[in-house]
Amino acid sequence: MITVSHYLTLSSVLFILSIAGIFLNRKNVILLLMCIELMLLAVNFNFITLSRFLGDAAGQVFVFFILTVAAAESAIGLAILVVLFRSRKNIEVESLDSMKG
Amino acid sequence: MESLYLSIVLAPLLAAVIAGLAGRLVGRAGAHTVTILGVAVSFGLSVYVLLGLLDGSIQVYNDTVYVWGISDGVRMEVGFLVDRLSALMMTVVTFVSLMVHIYTIGYMKDDPGYQRFFSYISLFTFAMLMLVMSNNFLQLFFGWEAVGVVSYLLIGFWFKRPSAVHANLKAFLVNRVGDFGFLLGIAAVLYFTNSLDYQEVFAAAPALQGITIEVFDGHAWSALSLICILLFVGAMGKSAQVPLHVWLPDSMEGPTPISALIHAATMVTAGIFMVARMSPLFELSLTALSVVLVIGATTALFMGLLGLVQNDIKRVVAYSTLSQLGYMTVALGVSAHAAGIFHLMTHAFFKALLFLAAGSVIIAMHHEQDMRKMGGLRKYMPITYWTALIGSLALIGFPGSSGFFSKDAIIEAVHFASIPGAGYAYVCVLSGVFVTALYTFRMMFLVFHGKERMDAHTREHLRESPWVVTLPLILLAIPSVVIGWLTEETILFKNYFDGAIQVLPSHDVLAELGQHGTTPAYFLIHGLLAPPFLLAVAGVGLAWYLYLRRPEIPARLASRFAVPYRWLVNKYYFDDFNEKVLAPATRALGQRLWRTGDETLIDGAMVNGSARIVGWLSGAVSRVQTGYLYHYAFAMIIGLAAMLGWLLLES
Repeated sequence: MITVSHYLTLSSVLFILSIAGIFLNRKNVILLLMCIELMLLAVNFNFITLSRFLGDAAGQVFVFFILTVAAAESAIGLAILVVLFRSRKNIEVESLDSMKG
Repeated sequence: MESLYLSIVLAPLLAAVIAGLAGRLVGRAGAHTVTILGVAVSFGLSVYVLLGLLDGSIQVYNDTVYVWGISDGVRMEVGFLVDRLSALMMTVVTFVSLMVHIYTIGYMKDDPGYQRFFSYISLFTFAMLMLVMSNNFLQLFFGWEAVGVVSYLLIGFWFKRPSAVHANLKAFLVNRVGDFGFLLGIAAVLYFTNSLDYQEVFAAAPALQGITIEVFDGHAWSALSLICILLFVGAMGKSAQVPLHVWLPDSMEGPTPISALIHAATMVTAGIFMVARMSPLFELSLTALSVVLVIGATTALFMGLLGLVQNDIKRVVAYSTLSQLGYMTVALGVSAHAAGIFHLMTHAFFKALLFLAAGSVIIAMHHEQDMRKMGGLRKYMPITYWTALIGSLALIGFPGSSGFFSKDAIIEAVHFASIPGAGYAYVCVLSGVFVTALYTFRMMFLVFHGKERMDAHTREHLRESPWVVTLPLILLAIPSVVIGWLTEETILFKNYFDGAIQVLPSHDVLAELGQHGTTPAYFLIHGLLAPPFLLAVAGVGLAWYLYLRRPEIPARLASRFAVPYRWLVNKYYFDDFNEKVLAPATRALGQRLWRTGDETLIDGAMVNGSARIVGWLSGAVSRVQTGYLYHYAFAMIIGLAAMLGWLLLES
């Protein structure tokens, strides 16, 4: 029997994976965007699970909103990425430290 | 009445502003016209007020004109107290000032700073009037400092001469020492009575008698003595009493009209006036009176001795001023305040006269001031000679002259006094008479009699000064002769300063003196037999013998008594002491305070130190700012986790 806790565990694992992805990835900014996307999906997963479990449709409505925002966000992120690549000729995370104090 | 008193004060100020700021516009004639007009208005109104007070048609005025601020119950205001004491001072100040204004037209004829000079002396008149007319300590202090500033400006009037700049700096610094005491005295008055108004302070004074204050642990001082002595330190600076007298002889670097107005007749008497005005306080402190007496007596004799060895004509007169200020201080010390003010008045006339006469001689000698290069000037400048002779006779207290009445009153008052130090003071003032006569007539004989020692070129150009110079001499010579006859009885014995000056019955030496006789005629007959007159005659005789009959003797005396002579020439080494001990010690102290206090503590530790700490801290913090995205994300996650954890633990 698959219980709520299984779903929640899965979403936590996904979330932590994406965090780990953000920290560990030193090379590619695209990976960062993907990690953020994954994080949002993990959250969505949580929403759906609990919505179903509590019988409240509001959670699922939220998921649609988040999906929309996520799509917009990745579109902007990719656009920034393109501009970044044009100006710096690479997209390595490690070389993006012009904000160093 | 308020507008009357305001116009007395403001007329010279307005004139000073016009002559000073619009000097180029109004020109030379405009500058002296407007300033003379301003001072003449003040003089006329002062005389009107004085006469009104005397015949009772004007009441004593004591009121506030303008409230400047109230802080914690202490009122700071501009106000006038015009009673017979201040009215007398106002009249003397404006009269001498008027004479000096007229004289200056002749004396400064060729000076490029003509308008500036007139502006300064008019400004001085304003400041002095503010000082004498004030009814509170704050305005007194304002006038006190303002006359000091103008004196500074005028001593350094010829600011291209290094000696003048040195002298005005010296005057300013020495006065600063005195003013510091004065300021502390005012602070003490405020501390004990919580008021700056004269009448309130005087009313509170008797209640202060038992109160003591511990400035240093274990030394309880009487509050009144402390206040009085601190105030007197201020008077010592302004009125040039030992040991703060060193600036006055050097102030002779200024133009001669200034020496007459400021450094002889008026400003230096501010200290005397102040002590007389504070008589309700000083009367209650025997200690303070004794201090005043001893310092005055010391100044009177020992500064007079210095006049014997000076060769600069103005310096001789300057040292005689010091000595006469000592006499006035002695009078204050024995509670004969009226005699002190009386001598102040007569002295203002004859000393201004002597200075202006000296200035007239200096004009004729083409700004040569060394008496050894003069001699026999009597036949070239008769008016100057006769007026100077009148001034000199008044100075030595020749019977019948104004100086005779005032000086004799002081000497007799000291004779009757019984406070500690009176014996010493009596010896000092008596021998002072002899010394005064000696140096005064030494000057007269060296300048006007004997061989003509000037060079041929100067002799050809010797002639009497123009009328603008001689007119003030004549006008000053008249009161130098008659003012004693006219006012002696009124001022000394007829309760002239009704209420303005308070004397305890047990100190009242003038009343004791008055029991023997009060009229000028009595004084004259009595004076002809008294020791002061004999001493004065002996002094004149000795001067005649030494400087006319046997002029070779003084040099021989100087080499015979080389040690005392050197002491006198070096002015008791006061200047050397100040320059070699006091100034280096102060400088060393300042150096140390600057090094440790300023550079190390404030600059090093506090200003630069705090900046260094901030720099170090921000250096450390800036290392956190790596610019790497994952570091920021990590910080966000940690922060979020911490906040959530805190929330969980809370609930």
